[in-house]
Amino acid sequence: MADLTVPSAPVIRSATTEAPATRIALVVAAFGFLSLFLFLPLVEVFLEALRNGPAAWLAAISEPDALAAIRLTLLVAAIAVPLNVVFGVAAAWAIAKFEFRGKAFLITLIDLPFSVSPVIAGLVYVILFGSGSLLGPWLKANGIEVLFAVPGIVLATVFVTFPFVARELIPLMQEQGSSEEEAALSLGASGWQTFWRVTLPNIRWGLLYGVLLCNARAMGEFGAVSVVSGHIRGLTNTMPLHIEILYNEYNFAASFAVASLLAGLALFTLLLKTLIELRFSGGLAPSRGH
Amino acid sequence: MDLRIKNVRKDFDLTPALHDVSLDIASGELVALVGPSGSGKTTLLRLIAGLEQPNAGTVYFGQDDASRLSVQDRQVGFVFQHYALFKHMTVLQNVGFGLTVRPRGKRPTAREINERARSLIELVQLAGFEDRYPSQLSGGQRQRVALARAMAIEPKVLLLDEPFGALDAQVRKDLRRWLRELHDVTGHTTVFVTHDQEEAMELADRVVVMSRGRIEQVGAPDAIYDTPASAFVHRFIGESVELPVYIEGGMIRLDGIAIPLSAADEPDGPAALVFRPYDVAIDEVDRATYPGIAATVVASRWHGRGRRLELAVGAGGHSMEIDLPPDVAPPVDSTLSVWPTRWTLYRPSGASLSHPTPAAAASMVSPIQQMAVAQ
Ligand SMILES: Nc1ncnc2c1ncn2[C@@H]1O[C@H](COP(=O)(O)OP(=O)(O)OP(=O)(O)O)[C@@H](O)[C@H]1O
Ligand SMILES: [Mg+2]
Repeated sequence: MADLTVPSAPVIRSATTEAPATRIALVVAAFGFLSLFLFLPLVEVFLEALRNGPAAWLAAISEPDALAAIRLTLLVAAIAVPLNVVFGVAAAWAIAKFEFRGKAFLITLIDLPFSVSPVIAGLVYVILFGSGSLLGPWLKANGIEVLFAVPGIVLATVFVTFPFVARELIPLMQEQGSSEEEAALSLGASGWQTFWRVTLPNIRWGLLYGVLLCNARAMGEFGAVSVVSGHIRGLTNTMPLHIEILYNEYNFAASFAVASLLAGLALFTLLLKTLIELRFSGGLAPSRGH
Repeated sequence: MDLRIKNVRKDFDLTPALHDVSLDIASGELVALVGPSGSGKTTLLRLIAGLEQPNAGTVYFGQDDASRLSVQDRQVGFVFQHYALFKHMTVLQNVGFGLTVRPRGKRPTAREINERARSLIELVQLAGFEDRYPSQLSGGQRQRVALARAMAIEPKVLLLDEPFGALDAQVRKDLRRWLRELHDVTGHTTVFVTHDQEEAMELADRVVVMSRGRIEQVGAPDAIYDTPASAFVHRFIGESVELPVYIEGGMIRLDGIAIPLSAADEPDGPAALVFRPYDVAIDEVDRATYPGIAATVVASRWHGRGRRLELAVGAGGHSMEIDLPPDVAPPVDSTLSVWPTRWTLYRPSGASLSHPTPAAAASMVSPIQQMAVAQ
């Protein structure tokens, strides 16, 4: 035994002496790539937005069409995010805590919005609700507008952002199992009490994380929304669509001003996410051992 | 609250975890479930608690068919094998949980809940730990919190899944005695799982031995030890020696050689000869006068208060260990003649033949006396 451990020591040492150079090279490469492709463009957005001074920036984002776009974006997110929180929690719950046929299929289905191009998602809604579809005439007869109106935008956004909450929660809930829930039930708690007092507190950080990502995507979604919105200024333009219109009109300063709001949202989301992750590792990791 | 389990079957993914299990537990009884890992102990406990539904058969709580009672209605205190404490709650909140979720009318006031929880925490000797989180407790402390939490709801039935599994020997002993006293005071019907047969024998009114999803035997600890119903129970409870023998015309043969035990009227065929390590007599002097089983001493060492001999017996050199008084010390490599004084034959069919019968056993001369006679 003693003979074996002695020769193995130099091997380990030589393995670690080589690493720093490689490590530094990798870190530099990663940082270089990220700053070139992510950080520089982001800085550029803010520089362009403020090129004509803060007053012009303020004017660009408080102009009526811009305000309407901001309002619509907030409205869509305010509907889509809660819906996907409910769907996501329900789907994650079903997948993590029950055994049923077609579970693998359900998981695949949840991932569908990630694998399908958002434009196609939008087109599906056009086919589903357009005037040529089965539903179209009925909707028209009842005065319900889906396409080129807020409901269509909400539907497209819900579709695109569906996986965020569910994907975040499934591994978390699977890892936690259902023993705490069973304990709560055996102690006399009802299903609701168990959910609110045991399940939810256990998944709260993961849930918040999923909500943040879902929200960021809901506000930033372009492709699917672009197909169903109809680009009606002041009515069905969300912020990303508004930015595109301004840009196409060579109104770069205004375009970048609104873009800077979205970029700001992204930075804010990242900040919150980092804070949650710090909290996550500090608060949950030690208790995972048992 | 008496419990009746009638012909219960439970399958997981088509593989049965319990086959046709029936068991009656009287109100106020303390019952131990023992059996090897995977024998279905936890599954049986979960079926009683209502955390699992049987594929066939019924569980009765008193006169009520429990399939109509939800988990909450059954009012069982369940201590989980892996504690299942609420990670995000303090010890105090964990213990008080069962009271805080009661419907408004039946819920004690916050102060009463607090007091109840504190007194239970004191009972399990965790005073001072009220504000800790489960992750800040040792395994044994968590186990005690789980126990206090289950007792807080004043359950009609207490179900404990290896309640002392994570504890060191001393604490285990203390808690064992404590559980027995608690049971005697509260009179709860209690079922506990353990893989420590000693714990089961010491603590329980009745012991249920399980194997591969079936109940092998139910009985008082003494009865289980003295008259095991199957070779499995004989092997599982207490130490035993087992030799593969063949019965031919009422003679018992080991490796073809007849041994001086008779099984008159037994049909021919293979059997297992099983006996306790101390239920043997030996003759070191003259094999011819006492034709027992020929054995060679392989090793000899101290064991408890006596001597344990490791022997190679029969033509096949079967290894077996026997216990002898300390003053009998046959040297290693010497040959002996050995024969069991109390033994049971188990047939593959499930039938068994005990000799002498338990009633007669008391009048038998002890192995030591027999040896004196032999010499
Ligand atoms: N949820 C489940 N899904 C599939 N099989 C299961 C499940 N729970 C238990 N089993 C199987 O049922 C059998 C009995 O398991 P059980 O947990 O009751 O054993 P046990 O006697 O409590 O064992 P241990 O002493 O290891 O805790 C085992 O073969 C186990 O693999
Ligand atoms: Mg178990």
